[in-house]
Amino acid sequence: MAYAAGVDVGSTQTKAVIIDEQKRIVSRSLTETGANVIRAAENAFAEALADGDLREEEVEYVVGTGYGRYKVTFGNTQVTEISCHGRGAVHMFPDTRTVVDMGGQDTKAIRVSPVGEIVDFCMNDKCAAGTGRFLGAASAALDIPLPDLGPTALRGERPVKISTTCTVFAESEVLSWLGKGKKIEDILLGVHQSIAARSAGLLRRVGIEDEVTFTGGVAKNTAMIATLNDRLDLQVNVSDDSHYMGALGAALFALDHILASRAPAKARQDA
Amino acid sequence: MADATVDSTIVGRGNKDGADLFRRWFEELTAAAGEDRRGAYVFVMGSFCELLQTFDLPIVFPEINSLQTAVRRVAHEYLNEAEDYGYSPDICGYVKADVATQLRGGELPMGRIPKPGIAVYTNACNTYIKWAEIWERMYGIPTFVLDVPGTRAAGTQTWPGHPDFENDRRYVAAQIRELIPVLERVTGIGFDVDKLRETMGHANTMGRAWQRVLELNQSRPSLFNALSDGTIYLGVANGFRGTAEGASYFEDLVEEMEFKAAEGIGTLTEELYRLIFVGVPCYPIFRRFTELFTELGGTFVNSTYLWFASGGSNVGFQYDLEDPIESLAEGVLVSVRDAMDSMFFQTKILADMIDDFAADGIVYHPIKSCRTVSTGLADNRRSLMEERDIPSLFIESDMMDKRVVSEAQLKNRIDAFFEGLESRRQQAAIRQK
Repeated sequence: MAYAAGVDVGSTQTKAVIIDEQKRIVSRSLTETGANVIRAAENAFAEALADGDLREEEVEYVVGTGYGRYKVTFGNTQVTEISCHGRGAVHMFPDTRTVVDMGGQDTKAIRVSPVGEIVDFCMNDKCAAGTGRFLGAASAALDIPLPDLGPTALRGERPVKISTTCTVFAESEVLSWLGKGKKIEDILLGVHQSIAARSAGLLRRVGIEDEVTFTGGVAKNTAMIATLNDRLDLQVNVSDDSHYMGALGAALFALDHILASRAPAKARQDA
Repeated sequence: MADATVDSTIVGRGNKDGADLFRRWFEELTAAAGEDRRGAYVFVMGSFCELLQTFDLPIVFPEINSLQTAVRRVAHEYLNEAEDYGYSPDICGYVKADVATQLRGGELPMGRIPKPGIAVYTNACNTYIKWAEIWERMYGIPTFVLDVPGTRAAGTQTWPGHPDFENDRRYVAAQIRELIPVLERVTGIGFDVDKLRETMGHANTMGRAWQRVLELNQSRPSLFNALSDGTIYLGVANGFRGTAEGASYFEDLVEEMEFKAAEGIGTLTEELYRLIFVGVPCYPIFRRFTELFTELGGTFVNSTYLWFASGGSNVGFQYDLEDPIESLAEGVLVSVRDAMDSMFFQTKILADMIDDFAADGIVYHPIKSCRTVSTGLADNRRSLMEERDIPSLFIESDMMDKRVVSEAQLKNRIDAFFEGLESRRQQAAIRQK
């Protein structure tokens, strides 16, 4: 049995996934990226190996992805996270045609073909508004841990309107709403709605086609799922492994390499 | 047909000679500035070089000067100086770099430019009009706006022979007749129609050759990179329009391209993807930007920039030297209209380009500081995607301001675009089996 691995080095967290030849996830790991990107990739891979009780030599091919993909020094090749999230989402939810990936510092809208081919994509530019970092700023301003943001926001009934387009200024806007006596849950619901609106804008640029799959770390946030559903007027697919979708896509690309290398020479040439 | 006896050093001659001409141009401008001679300030979309050359005016292209500060990686110094003076970060980067150049007494990395004696420009870009007013205020010089009417027929273009076009031609010719005495007054030189015939003759040679050079890049492999090499040719097309040197340069360039076509000499070891560029180059990382594509086997076979930033001279309009003023008006109208329409009537132009150049993909590059060329690109892209099933990439940065140029973000998008191109090719191969 051969194994394939994907290592997704993101701006805040590094994820690794190992799959078997049947494309089943056998292990996964998550670690903070920190300042030493090479070390983060190595650690994530080592932890995934340990999680699956595997030896390094059992993994035939490794694909690096994410902003730090070129720092996956032990990897065999690199694929962008845009292709990887598309591939991973279609693998998890085969009817996926649109992917929204919300990570630490960027949000991507990706349109995919039925075979997981990228048709079009769009990302936020030069600004972290509408990304996980935006939620981080709200979390800091309100002194609420990140995991509690979603449940708190869902208790909101009269959401405030967050108008700023800047993550840095969002913090001061949140404080100004507090100063006006607004409830924390209403402010947080407003923050989530603001991010959902920005993400919907990106999605519209590539064209929204059902089904929509929500990937990335922010997909764990229940309020984000709810506000996105509300904004898009549909139910987005969310997997328990949404956070690992980029690494999973990378592992699937790695498996492609393994299988292609086993194909007869003539078939390889034809391919 | 290429002459097989031509020495192979012909390859790359256009880039080398272009750089030499450019250097000489700035030496002459520096000398003119030293003698306190005044120049004609003009713009790429409708420069009227043919007419201005006859009045012995040093020609200054502020747009080219500004972009050179970015290519030479000092644009931020100029932009900061203009912003410290009071210009907003959102104002056109070319304008701001020029304002700083004027505040510095014309000093640029390439040399020193003379102060303006007159500014002559068209309405092809509305910033041109405001920009020239800055010089008018700074130096008290005359400015002359040639109002070049765009196509007014809904959804179509009008060309010679159409009654609307003929009315427009007469309108432009009347303005040229008004411009001539202004130039006589500014320079103290009388208008010489035979000199105009001579410069227009040179422009005819250049236009014919430029059109041929662009066509020759339909070769496989393509003969020059329309983004990197093409911009050098474009500089000569603008700066030396109406001169014997410019005409000769482009005749040599045709010879070089025909030689490369005959010998199958391309720009890449392996040309995997033929791309079309839409927009203005990313000058702050000019070379690197091209490398982000060439490293992955992509080359630009054509670019709308080579059309609109050459003032539409790509159409190869041939002046009738027997009737120079009327013909100059017609040529200006055809060229500037084509330059403007190549932005606003892009769907058909790009669809034809895709077919003629066997393109695999299109790269749209809207830029922060130029609304004129960036507005409408999203609509153009949507419209084109309905006409042709071709992958496209939409990446944003700037032509001058490296504060809004993120190489890492650009690379991520470009890499993903190439992954899509590769995957598409693989899928097509599977379908063919």
